[in-house]
Amino acid sequence: MSAMTLSHHAREASFWRVLETGACYLLGLLWILPLFYAVWMAVHPPAYEVRFELLAPLTLQNFVDAWNAAPFARYFLNTFALITTILVCQFVVCTLAAYAFARYEFPGKTVVFMLVLIQLMIMPEVLMVENYRTISRLGLVDTVLAMGLPYMASAFGIFLLRQTFLTVPKELDDAARVEGAGPLAVLLKVYVPLARPVYVAYGLVSVSYHWNNLLWPLVITNSVTTRPLTVGLQVFASPDQGVQWSVISAATLMTSAPLLIGFLLFQRQFVQSFMRAGIK
Amino acid sequence: MKKTNNMVVPWLLLLPATVLLAAFTHIPAVMTFINSFYRTPRGNRPARFVGMDHYSSMLSDPVFMAALKNNAIYALGTVPAAIALSMLMAVIVNSAIRGRALMRMSFFLPTVLPMIAVANIWLFFYTPGYGLIDQFLGLFGFHERNWLGDPDTVLGSLMVLAIWKEAGFFMIFYLAALQQISPTLSEAAALEGTSRWYFFRRVTFPLLMPTTLFVMINAIINSFRLIDHVIVMTRGGPDNASTLLLYYVYNVAFRFWDTAYASALTVVLLAVLALLAFVQFGVLDRKVHYK
Repeated sequence: MSAMTLSHHAREASFWRVLETGACYLLGLLWILPLFYAVWMAVHPPAYEVRFELLAPLTLQNFVDAWNAAPFARYFLNTFALITTILVCQFVVCTLAAYAFARYEFPGKTVVFMLVLIQLMIMPEVLMVENYRTISRLGLVDTVLAMGLPYMASAFGIFLLRQTFLTVPKELDDAARVEGAGPLAVLLKVYVPLARPVYVAYGLVSVSYHWNNLLWPLVITNSVTTRPLTVGLQVFASPDQGVQWSVISAATLMTSAPLLIGFLLFQRQFVQSFMRAGIK
Repeated sequence: MKKTNNMVVPWLLLLPATVLLAAFTHIPAVMTFINSFYRTPRGNRPARFVGMDHYSSMLSDPVFMAALKNNAIYALGTVPAAIALSMLMAVIVNSAIRGRALMRMSFFLPTVLPMIAVANIWLFFYTPGYGLIDQFLGLFGFHERNWLGDPDTVLGSLMVLAIWKEAGFFMIFYLAALQQISPTLSEAAALEGTSRWYFFRRVTFPLLMPTTLFVMINAIINSFRLIDHVIVMTRGGPDNASTLLLYYVYNVAFRFWDTAYASALTVVLLAVLALLAFVQFGVLDRKVHYK
């Protein structure tokens, strides 16, 4: 009797387990559905936008149409120029500042550090009215530099690298100095190599942020020769342009493709990078 | 000699960062505040001190009031939902379920995509009658709806999209936190015969609290900062039903070119962000970040 109720309980428990697992998979499926659907639209002729037939003919025509409808090659080039400029400058500027915060004592250090952290809250795009004024005074409107300048000193990068540099044993630093290395030599030979995984993490986070950034580039650019992909896509896909949905889908996937492919190839590193950046 | 050297080096190291930060964060923030008390110069009419005029006209500006209300609803709607979902996702991905790598990918992918790309895709979902959502609801006999064209549904539609896009990002932080929790806790609980729900409520959830606070602050900041989908999908319409604060700033500054009024609007936004900063630095960071 008691054995029977036990197995009854066990069966009931496993029933709920199965239901729960099913719900989890359903959530996963629901989350990926919009993307699957975008791919479906992009690789089928427009007639199949909302007709789901397994044997619907595949085509790459939507991608060809999208590519020919707007100067996407130029937009890709602009985005590459933008993220390279930002990344290189961020690495240099943030490394130097992080080193100062991690290894030097000077009056006003805490205040300056707090002032740096303000940028975590007030991102440059919130101040776009004044930043636009500054950029136009510098005569830099509609340049790659203008899109990147407000982001080059990143509080997030400085904070992340400072936390990493703090974990470097002081003895390594002292040993290098005893051998006569100057501050910059110590930084380059001791700190930077030890922080390599953090640079990768920060780099991935920064690249995906700026690849996706729309607002500030939209405000500060006005020509094909500087517009990054996001702004190009915005101009291309405006509802009043009357472009077909399947072509918009193709353009959308095309412009996010490098990030998507990069993510799928390096999924583990990507997720770990974001985790590392998050834990701080 | 050594002493002065030690004083100069850190400032030299900080020079590029401080110059850039001052130029694009601190000085603009102060200038925004100052300019909000002046009239926008136009043609040969110079800027003139107008005191609190912009702020008082703000109070009788229906668009500003709508933006403020929308942004509050938007934050109150998206933040708790995104937090609950991301916590659930992290628990799922951290469990022993089969195919969890695929699940993690599915949850995280929307985060990697540009907001504008996501907005384009969802624009089609919401197309009245023809779009995917109406087609699906049509199966159950619902009538077609103009999701983005109806003041009653437009903000909710944008919120759903924002939650879908952000939950996977916050999942990562929870995942990191879950992996810090010692497995002996759940082993002990299992020995005691504690139910999993009870364990989650009494052990996991409290241990995740610092992460929840951190995620909450960032989610609120994002709800005031990210307006790409508004630009692409609704342009604040219909009838300002989906105008968010920063979108209104953008419109006033770069469509109507009333930079002084835009500055005053930005000050309101900065006040909200400052309040959040105060909460984070005052309550949160002492517990979470600085060691």
